Amino acid sequence: MKPAAFTYQRPTTLTQALAAYAAAPEAKVLAGGQSLIPLMSMRLTSVPELIDINGIEELSHIHVERGQGVRFGAIVRHAQLHAHAEAREVQPLLHAALSHVAHATIRNRGTTVGSIVHADASGEMPMIMSLLGGTLTVASVEGRREITAEDLFIGPLETSLQAGEIAVEAFVPALPARHGVAFDEIARRHGDYALCGVGAIVGLDADGAIEHVRAGYVSVSETPAVVDLTGCFPDGELTEQGLKDAAELALTHLEPEADIHASAEYRAQLARTLTTRVVAAAHADAGARANAEVTA
Amino acid sequence: MTTKLMGEPVARVEDDRLVTGKGRYADDLMPGALEMAVLRSPHAHARIRSIDVDAVLDVPGVHAVYTYEDLEGPMAEPLPLLIPHPALTHGRTQYALAKDEVNYVGEAIAVVVADNRYLAEDAVSRIEVEYDFLPPVVGIDAARAAEHLVHEDVPGNVAAVMEQSFGDAEAAIASAPHRLSLDLTVERSACMPMEGRGTVARWDEDLNRMSVWTSTQTSTGVRAAVATKLGLDLGQVDVVTPDVGGGFGVKIVHPWPEELLVPMAAKALRRPVKFTEDRREHFISSAHERGQQQHIEVGFDDEGRVLGMSVKFWHDNGAYTPYGLIVPIITSTQLLGPYKLPNYKVVFESLYTNTVIVTPYRGAGRPQGVYAMERTMDAIAAELGMDRTVVRENNFIQPDDFPYAHGELTFQDGRPLIYDSGNYPEMMRKARDLVDWPSFEKFRDEARKEGRKVGIGIACYVEGTGVGPYEGGHVHIETSGKVKVSTGLTTQGQGHQTAFAQIVADELGVRFEDVEVVTGDTRRSPYSVGTFASRAAVMSGSAIALAARNARAKALRLAADALEADVDDLEIVDGIVRVKGAPDSQIALGTLAVLSNPLRYAFDEASRAATQFAVGDPSKPPVAEDDEPGLEGKDYYSPPRSTFASGIHAVIVETDPETAEIRILKYAVVHDCGTLINPRIVEGQVHGGVAQGVGGALYERMAYDETGQLQNASFMDFLMPYVTEVPESIEIDHLETPSPLNPLGIKGAGEAGVIPSSAVFAAAIEDAEGIPITAMPISPSELYALRLAHSSTTSHERTAS
Repeated sequence: MKPAAFTYQRPTTLTQALAAYAAAPEAKVLAGGQSLIPLMSMRLTSVPELIDINGIEELSHIHVERGQGVRFGAIVRHAQLHAHAEAREVQPLLHAALSHVAHATIRNRGTTVGSIVHADASGEMPMIMSLLGGTLTVASVEGRREITAEDLFIGPLETSLQAGEIAVEAFVPALPARHGVAFDEIARRHGDYALCGVGAIVGLDADGAIEHVRAGYVSVSETPAVVDLTGCFPDGELTEQGLKDAAELALTHLEPEADIHASAEYRAQLARTLTTRVVAAAHADAGARANAEVTA
Repeated sequence: MTTKLMGEPVARVEDDRLVTGKGRYADDLMPGALEMAVLRSPHAHARIRSIDVDAVLDVPGVHAVYTYEDLEGPMAEPLPLLIPHPALTHGRTQYALAKDEVNYVGEAIAVVVADNRYLAEDAVSRIEVEYDFLPPVVGIDAARAAEHLVHEDVPGNVAAVMEQSFGDAEAAIASAPHRLSLDLTVERSACMPMEGRGTVARWDEDLNRMSVWTSTQTSTGVRAAVATKLGLDLGQVDVVTPDVGGGFGVKIVHPWPEELLVPMAAKALRRPVKFTEDRREHFISSAHERGQQQHIEVGFDDEGRVLGMSVKFWHDNGAYTPYGLIVPIITSTQLLGPYKLPNYKVVFESLYTNTVIVTPYRGAGRPQGVYAMERTMDAIAAELGMDRTVVRENNFIQPDDFPYAHGELTFQDGRPLIYDSGNYPEMMRKARDLVDWPSFEKFRDEARKEGRKVGIGIACYVEGTGVGPYEGGHVHIETSGKVKVSTGLTTQGQGHQTAFAQIVADELGVRFEDVEVVTGDTRRSPYSVGTFASRAAVMSGSAIALAARNARAKALRLAADALEADVDDLEIVDGIVRVKGAPDSQIALGTLAVLSNPLRYAFDEASRAATQFAVGDPSKPPVAEDDEPGLEGKDYYSPPRSTFASGIHAVIVETDPETAEIRILKYAVVHDCGTLINPRIVEGQVHGGVAQGVGGALYERMAYDETGQLQNASFMDFLMPYVTEVPESIEIDHLETPSPLNPLGIKGAGEAGVIPSSAVFAAAIEDAEGIPITAMPISPSELYALRLAHSSTTSHERTAS
């Protein structure tokens, strides 16, 4: 389990990094390394050149803009974002989902942006980007551009980043007023990839009626799946039937597959169960927040 | 009087060092040694047409590449079949490097020795092998079907068929008032020590001497193997076991191919060479265990007493049988547990498959045997509508039945299966109290009202521990008064330093802190067997106690002379020999050590006292005819047969009605390992065993696909439980029925914690779900599938009726 030979550079500015990447299109960008390094060590991938961006100070920011959202740079660790009180206040789903990302030791080193561009549909953060409608900022020697989550995830472990582009920052919008969120997942062991994970966001109108319901899914689709479940609650009320319908509707958008840990049927069952649990929890959260907002 | 240490929960003296990173493991030794990497077969079954190593030879930093063609003399012979048995009619072992054929993914084909492991792996990837593919045999079904053969000269893939019996099981079953049959399966798992295999060797050309440091459970075994295979005299080879990061059975197998190839290369290259196994290699080239299919027929009376039991099982032994039939023999004999069966018959087939070899893993066949018997007890209770604990009690061997012989059965040590001591009814009383068995139905009713499903399981086991042939102990009192102890078996983290020092401190009358224990060093203890079968405390503990007694006797004799007192009037306290009731009349053990060694030369103030003009009766030889210089004691302990520990586990689980997740609410263990040396260490062993048992019952399996590829050969997909998956607390109660077979009354404790896990979890889940659980381990996904199948069957039955 030793990687094959590779060259390594550690630029200290983004400009240097982009120039290096432009000059070496076969290179890989190293951030937290929690996926890349094991793949290299097991020789499942061969990387001729590594560009380590961990020394680029300008990528280490977390900017919270109240009423707008949270921006975080490419070398922000899961643990930093998870512990950021203001970020949690502005978009609580970030914190809720980050709690489920692997183990503390992996969160200490792994980066959230790195996890997003790894584009693993069994990772929590790509789904959160999709569910919240986040955007990713990428840069190359040609300049910068923003990619919406919708346009970002184009296949399993595949993004729309072009050659020479480095993801530099991600943005997730703030939780609007009268909205609530919840996240839960079921894994074989604490910290493992989820067999199925669900995040939900529920919006209420001024009277407390359900205005919209969306849920995002982990590990039951090839790319992060987000399903609009609003139609299951036609009277604006959270009913048992509505939750049941939501679970079945969600399944029509998902493609749970079997592996050595779970059958497709079992994953479907988890998607059902978690949909009802998480949507209900997000609805309760929305109600609590709406009340708190009125009181405030 | 010195405080007695036997039975005290003394804190382990090893741990400061080990948990602060100061352990010294094989890979830590000899930095700068050349490193070896292994080309392993990517195919489960293939003939090797050709191997081309040309591309390796010009890689900078490569020192050597070896294939089978390069092996000479005994190295070119198959690896040893360590434990032959008459029933093992078709035993097969692999070559150190594959000759012509490979029989599992991971089998070693070639090795490269290079400046470092990186370069060695680069070079390995350049070796080109051409294969002719053969159909792989994967799983017990395929082995039994025998449409294809693993070894073309082994008909039916059957390595061995073995039968043992007493009474007439078939007749007893046929005439019994009640009869049942069960079909059960257990899947594979593996030991998975934190440290994989590792070996370092240095050949000293000047001294003509081979030194090997290896991560093993038997240094003397490796020594003999290295000497034999490399054509060296035993006296030329030293094997030292450094700190070992866990064994759990896999490291009792020896010699591993690398354990021979490393010293072979070191001698050829005249440079130290090292091999450190990585995790993927451990999965695909070390050993697995547990895979069995079982068919049970049982006849019993109205009280659930077993009248006859007949078991047939099929044991997956993997591609080769280096460890003989030990695992299935243990299953077939330890299956009997604490029960008194009048008629019993067991037949097993040990079958070849194109998978990693199967050799003992903590529990070593017992978990499967206990699973067979305890599931049978549960089935009897269900059939009769009786309490499961009562059925067990009705079958228990009673305290006044000991020594109890199970007919003429022969145990894994080649000795009759005779239990030495135990008290199973008392153990059951304790277990029922500990888990609060009588209150469970009330708890179940309350849980049911909340829509929750809970279940309870209980399982008993008896474990033959401390198997022979022997171990030795050497206790040497230095002139400083420090006591140096050596025993030949090796340590993998059990706490031998602590436990053995407790024994010596008590036996000799010295301070615990003054005792230093060395294990697994053939330079200190050339005669030894190894650490396995929960035998270290029994075997080396006893030998060390006897050795300490010898040292004490000599010390008292010398002191009696020096103090002009009678031996019977002396006592040793904190390293000082003194006349009872006359504390001024005393002499330190260190001083006696000086006097015990008559000197010509003085090196320091202390040794002046022993020089020729200072002491001695000029009319007698300085060392008496029947005496030896030095203050030391040596002895060996060789038991007539194994001593049998026992225990009962109980668990309460909750299963999620929607997600089928299985949560452990309570885990209770009653354990009897005879006289306790150190309850803290015993409880640690139980905790570790339960954790491994949880893994084996609920998480771990070897996911081979039909082509023989192991799909989960990493810690990402092989689900060893984390601390978050094992019960937060394990309630333990001890019972001590001393063994009459050894001087301290000890029984083994190392494996117990893992033995009843599959049985007890299957029972609890079955109890929670009302669905028969016949295949372990079980995952939530499988439990969900069982629920679906069960509800469709029952609704079908409803429709039909």
